Amino acid sequence: MKSAKAKRILDAPSLEKCPTGVAGLDEITNGGFPRGRPTLLCGTAGSGKTLLAAEFLVRGVTQYDEPGVFIAFEETCEELTKNVASLGFDLDALVRRKKLVIDYVHIDRTEIEETGEYNLEGLFVRVGYAIDSVGAKRIVLDTIEALFAGLANASILRAELRRLFRWLKDKGITAVVTAERSESTLTRHGIEEYVSDCVILLDQRIIEQVATRRLRVIKYRGSSHGMNEYPFLIDEDGFSLLPVTSLGLEHAASTERVPTGIAQLDDMLGGKGYYRGSTVLASGPAGTGKTSIIAHFVDAACRRGERCLYFAFEESTNQIIRNMRSIGLNLKQWADRGLLRFSVARSTMLGLEMHLATMHKRINDFEPRVVIVDPISDFDSVGSTTDTKAMLTRLVDFLKGQQITALFTSLTMDLGESTGIGAVGISSLIDTWLLLRNYELLGERNRGLQILKSRGMAHSNQVREFLFSDHGVKLVDVYLGPNGIVTGTRRLMREAQDRAQKSLQTEEGRRKRTGLAQKRRLLDARIAAMRAEFEAEAREAAAGSEQDALTQRNLTLRRERPG
Amino acid sequence: MTADPKAPRRKPKTDSMATEGEKWDLRLYVAGQTPKSLLAHENLKKICEEYLPGKCHIKVVDLLMNPELARDDQILAAPTLVRKVPQPLRKIIGDLSNTERVLVGLQLRSRGATA
Repeated sequence: MKSAKAKRILDAPSLEKCPTGVAGLDEITNGGFPRGRPTLLCGTAGSGKTLLAAEFLVRGVTQYDEPGVFIAFEETCEELTKNVASLGFDLDALVRRKKLVIDYVHIDRTEIEETGEYNLEGLFVRVGYAIDSVGAKRIVLDTIEALFAGLANASILRAELRRLFRWLKDKGITAVVTAERSESTLTRHGIEEYVSDCVILLDQRIIEQVATRRLRVIKYRGSSHGMNEYPFLIDEDGFSLLPVTSLGLEHAASTERVPTGIAQLDDMLGGKGYYRGSTVLASGPAGTGKTSIIAHFVDAACRRGERCLYFAFEESTNQIIRNMRSIGLNLKQWADRGLLRFSVARSTMLGLEMHLATMHKRINDFEPRVVIVDPISDFDSVGSTTDTKAMLTRLVDFLKGQQITALFTSLTMDLGESTGIGAVGISSLIDTWLLLRNYELLGERNRGLQILKSRGMAHSNQVREFLFSDHGVKLVDVYLGPNGIVTGTRRLMREAQDRAQKSLQTEEGRRKRTGLAQKRRLLDARIAAMRAEFEAEAREAAAGSEQDALTQRNLTLRRERPG
Repeated sequence: MTADPKAPRRKPKTDSMATEGEKWDLRLYVAGQTPKSLLAHENLKKICEEYLPGKCHIKVVDLLMNPELARDDQILAAPTLVRKVPQPLRKIIGDLSNTERVLVGLQLRSRGATA
């Protein structure tokens, strides 16, 4: 219920934002940094402040056509250019195009003597000149603390800094200021007093020997913002943040079905396969064929021309390709054509959030329709079960939001153990659960597949035997013996028996038919014989009666002639 | 005033390291013709006449007219007096009203002497 007054306030023009272009940061800040105001980036040494500030400027030029100025107090132009080159940004090119100015301000305390009153008009002149030379709308000051280190008169400095920010505000220039963090306060020299419209903290932490970088928006005047810590990555494309949006379960639910790549499995799933955009889990003990099932789906999807992204945490790309070739699946052809991309890493290499951030990034880059995570059970070793579940939840939400079909594999102990992430922990996230089991009987181990659940469709409740062959995976038709389902050698035996039985019956039938045919022939022969006899007799009788008739005529004739 | 630990150790001296007869190249950077800049100029002329008679070559640079020089010569504050010759480069910022400090800055007096 909004009163009229509240509505008026909310309709008032909101703060204008200056988009940073950094992946994820604009989402967290609801649009970017405040335009025309200074933003403070603070953090410990090596947390990435200079790089983020540089990326802000570079993207300002390349994506928003806003030239920028970089005032560097600690690095020379060459040093800065080299450092930023690792992010894939070419500052020299931008300088040549007159879209960027880098000004190195050298302050050497030993050179300087302060005598009497002064102001920082020299700095103002330089900044103004730099801004005017390219028409800059963005500026970075990295790092203002160098002024405090170089000049002794703090009160003049503070006054001048206040003046500088007011001056920048008047010119409508969005400024980003970096400062180094001390243990107790946000910045060493209390810069947050006058750069306090927006304060962002960059943090680098070591948790269980793994480094994780996080960003937090401590304060943003006049705007709502994400309040949490967000992990981020720095790599050859710059920064990427992982905004935790959309945990709202608002995804669409597709009714399209995609074939699994295994015909009998499609049959078990109501005849059509998985739902598009659903999450499928293939779990089971070692060697039960989880990766093979996944590979069939990948093969089928690539054949349809859909891109697949395969996150492998256990095997190398070549190993997977080789293993799948042994069951007749050629995944290399899809990899070569760019439809299948592998992303391989050991799960212990990064923290959970970095894994998630990396996966986000790769998915956004490649835009696949199918994502495989093989296996998810390894993440247990990196974080606690709760953390792992949280991370997987976020991943699944992200994938569902993009209607990407996801297949996970999970290594579990034989059924009966409910520890580890493979089991109950994430069952609520999974739409279709394929359970693979081993059946040991009579000295053999056979594999069986069972559909534990498949939301939204009718599915078979039988356990099918699962075979590897040169032409892929086969699910054998169910063999029902007198005591239930039979697998393995027993099944083969039974089947052989059945076949023998059948052929026996067939033989029997044939013999009977042959016998019958013979009898018929015999019968026909006898009938023919009897008929012949009958006809002979009939002819005889006919002949006899004729003779009789003739004799009778003769007698009559003799009687009639007088003699 | 404590000695700057970063400054290279020098023997206290009353003269700079200039060779005899070398002209001093002093540049005074100002930002416009303000009272402060005029005062600085005045102070500078007085100091030169008293301590370096006939050896100073003073040049006044107005940054508002030549803003690119602020970058080229690394000027932050105004007014700033830069001693280009003799080496090493020295910068003295302020209106130069504190003569002692100016002399220390120009290395005409050692730091220790100005307690």
